[in-house]
Amino acid sequence: MSFDLLKERRAQVVRNNRDGVVALDCNKPSAAGSVSQRACTFCGSRVVLYPIADALHLVHGPVGCAAYTWDIRGALSSGPELHRISCSTDMREREVVFGGEQRLEASLRRLIAQHAPRAAFVYGTCIVGVIGDDVPAVCKRVEAEVGIPVIPVLAEGFRGTKRDGYNAACGALLTLIGTGDTAAVKPQSINLVGDFNVAGESWIIRKYFEEMGIEVVSVLTGDGRVDEIRRAHGARLNVVQCAGSMTPLAKAMQERYGIPYIRVSFFGIEDTADALYRTAERMDSPDIVERTRALVSREITRVLPELRACKQDLAGKRAGLYVGGAFKAFSLVRALRQLGVSVVLAGTQTGSREEYEELQAVCDERTVIVDDTNPLELASFLVEKDVDVFIGGVKERPIAYKLGIGFCDHNHERKIALAGFEGALAFAREVRATASSPVWNLMPRRMRAATTPMGDKR
Amino acid sequence: MSCAAVKSTAPMVHSSAKPDATVNPCTLCAPLGAALVTAGVRGAIPLLHGAQGCATYIRRYLISHFREPMDVASSSFGEAQTVFGGEDNLGRALDNVLAQYHPELVTVATTCLAETIGDDVQLLLTRYRARTGSALPLVHAATPSYKDGHVEGFHAMVYALVKALACNKGTALRSVNLLPPLLSPADLRHLREIITAFDVTATVLPDYADRLDGVILDQYRALPDGGTRVVDIAAMPRALGSIDLTLTGRAPRASKLLADRGAPLRVLGLPIGVRATDAMIGALADLTGAGRPAWLLGERGRLLDAYADGHKYVFGARVGLYGDPEFVAALAGFLLEIGARPVFCATGARNRALPEALAALPAGSVDEILDDTDFESIGAACERHKPDLLIGSSKGYRLAHSLGIPLLRVGFPIHDRLGAGRILHVGYRGTTRLFDELVNTLLQRKQDASPVGFSYL
Repeated sequence: MSFDLLKERRAQVVRNNRDGVVALDCNKPSAAGSVSQRACTFCGSRVVLYPIADALHLVHGPVGCAAYTWDIRGALSSGPELHRISCSTDMREREVVFGGEQRLEASLRRLIAQHAPRAAFVYGTCIVGVIGDDVPAVCKRVEAEVGIPVIPVLAEGFRGTKRDGYNAACGALLTLIGTGDTAAVKPQSINLVGDFNVAGESWIIRKYFEEMGIEVVSVLTGDGRVDEIRRAHGARLNVVQCAGSMTPLAKAMQERYGIPYIRVSFFGIEDTADALYRTAERMDSPDIVERTRALVSREITRVLPELRACKQDLAGKRAGLYVGGAFKAFSLVRALRQLGVSVVLAGTQTGSREEYEELQAVCDERTVIVDDTNPLELASFLVEKDVDVFIGGVKERPIAYKLGIGFCDHNHERKIALAGFEGALAFAREVRATASSPVWNLMPRRMRAATTPMGDKR
Repeated sequence: MSCAAVKSTAPMVHSSAKPDATVNPCTLCAPLGAALVTAGVRGAIPLLHGAQGCATYIRRYLISHFREPMDVASSSFGEAQTVFGGEDNLGRALDNVLAQYHPELVTVATTCLAETIGDDVQLLLTRYRARTGSALPLVHAATPSYKDGHVEGFHAMVYALVKALACNKGTALRSVNLLPPLLSPADLRHLREIITAFDVTATVLPDYADRLDGVILDQYRALPDGGTRVVDIAAMPRALGSIDLTLTGRAPRASKLLADRGAPLRVLGLPIGVRATDAMIGALADLTGAGRPAWLLGERGRLLDAYADGHKYVFGARVGLYGDPEFVAALAGFLLEIGARPVFCATGARNRALPEALAALPAGSVDEILDDTDFESIGAACERHKPDLLIGSSKGYRLAHSLGIPLLRVGFPIHDRLGAGRILHVGYRGTTRLFDELVNTLLQRKQDASPVGFSYL
């Protein structure tokens, strides 16, 4: 494939150099025509609030924006499942011309009466931003009448990047936080922030904290409930997993309620253990620290034998990864290293300058690091770096498979829990299943490699 | 009709869109259809004029169905473009698409945003050509989703391509044009096979069979091989005729234009079932003057043989149908032909084609038609009509699951099974496969419900 990096993207791709950090251009709008893997501002707001299972989520706009976000996350609920339906005001030409406020109000009234949600979120889409519907006014009117919070989330697709959508979602959550009664909250308590209960991951993590003797006041937003979110300001500490999306919320809660936060990750056994220990240390309780030690040691003993077996099968394999946020990338680099897999290509959709500096620090020499990349760049680097396993989401999957390269889904559509100790094991199994499959031996890329030396490309 | 015994006596109900919210949409947006059509033209890439998310959502959706790379560029609007217009971004997007993909054609479909702010894309493209001196074909279709869904977006882009490119005059060619609706790659391959069996070449628009059901590669291709060549689209008016399998609810614009430019038009239903496939085969024999190939007659005979073997299992089976209008109309005909009952026929499309097509059926064939509908309404229709099974895309799975009835997957999108692109729905061969699957679905249901565990049925 003949391939030239677009001129306006050259500063968004670097090769890691351990002698010093190379500045990577990032956190800017996607280059027009580049075929970015990013979605839009609306998407950012939608994915963060999506798992709140007893709220109504109404997308105000033409039908597409709701259709594409119907049941897309693997975010599970232990009770109500209102988050799994897709509600749209389905604006037509009439509303575009004469305004959509009436239709929005009628939709809200009908759906709230029908489903009795604990709150309603109204997402604005591009059109709404342009025609100037007064969404907050409609929300206020309906709220006064129905007696539940009706919260406008104004993150129209063109308003910025996905990151700006995260900020809008954090703003929406902040309108709920602080409105519940925290009298019964224990002193040793946390909010688990930025875990979305994909495939039940929040449940795995919650179970650890409960065993440690720590109350989880709320999960933001996995298996989320409005009443729990309302009480989140009662927690002692915010434990932030998806820092890319939820740091604005943690910072605001620190300012508003004096709740400190720590950034953690539950991907990989090292990061999981680290997250549990650091949380325990903040609880002023030797008892909790002791229980954490026992838990970590028991869980590691449980998963280590099979992890070692996976490592034997995976030693020397090369991985590429392209994920939404940088914090997941750091964890994946460490988790893969623990499996004997080196990361030769790493990128994110929404990393910031500081995050890329950290990514460069955890990655090996000559690792290709990309910001807001596109399919042609990815395909080119996958071949150049002779990647065995590519880790990303559905949009990245066919690029790997088309070239006869293994793939592991680590995006929010996944149906396999990859967090915590048992998740680390599931991840190792996933990586092994794809990297060790005998089907790749039949693919043209490998057949050719078997007869032609790869030279110094690796 | 052979189904007199299971006809309903009640008058047919027709329900349409709700006055307020749509819940669980039964449609995608118009630019998706336009992007998909573009993958059916060799060397072509779609560019959506608007915000980045539209292109990405559409890619994810198409990739989940076809499990193939599907690149869709975007002019990536920000706030400034929304206020001042998107001309600069469109120009940069075209520059970048040309630099990265070296395409033979770019289609530019509009998103809701670009339409609402009133960008005149045709004018912007003319100015781009003048400024850059580029001779590359740039084909524009207006596809605002507040007006239309993916079905209409699909038709709009086919029409735009024909209008812009199909301009050759001259001697007649031994070729037949085929204008299919949104079909699987397997369908497109089989239809081409059928047409070429009449000693003519086939120009299929769009033909994404190879691009969206491609071979494994060792070097990535920016634009995979396959698709109808621009020169062949240009020559479409010189064909013996056009077979149009789309249901548009108005005059079929693309094939009508081809007829005006010289290629006579036949509008037919999707060839699912014996009668519908016979109609297409007959039209091909008329157009080409060639005899019906023996292998097709063999497939027809084997289909009838299968009907005889399985007729009792499907007799009176109550089926809920939903999907694109072409599929629903054709499947309704197929079900009536085998003695099953399409108790309701539903589509999310807004083009009024389905009610018009079903109006031609004998009274009592279908109990209810829902158009411009959603899965909330389809769920309510299930309550009313108590179907034994559903036939449609995988978006009805949760509904089927909650009702405890099987779902037979056809059409688009299929996101929960492998091989959506390999599902053959059309022709005698596709109908045989569909009939077997329908019978076996009903047999399995019976078998699973029995404590005996018969292994011989």
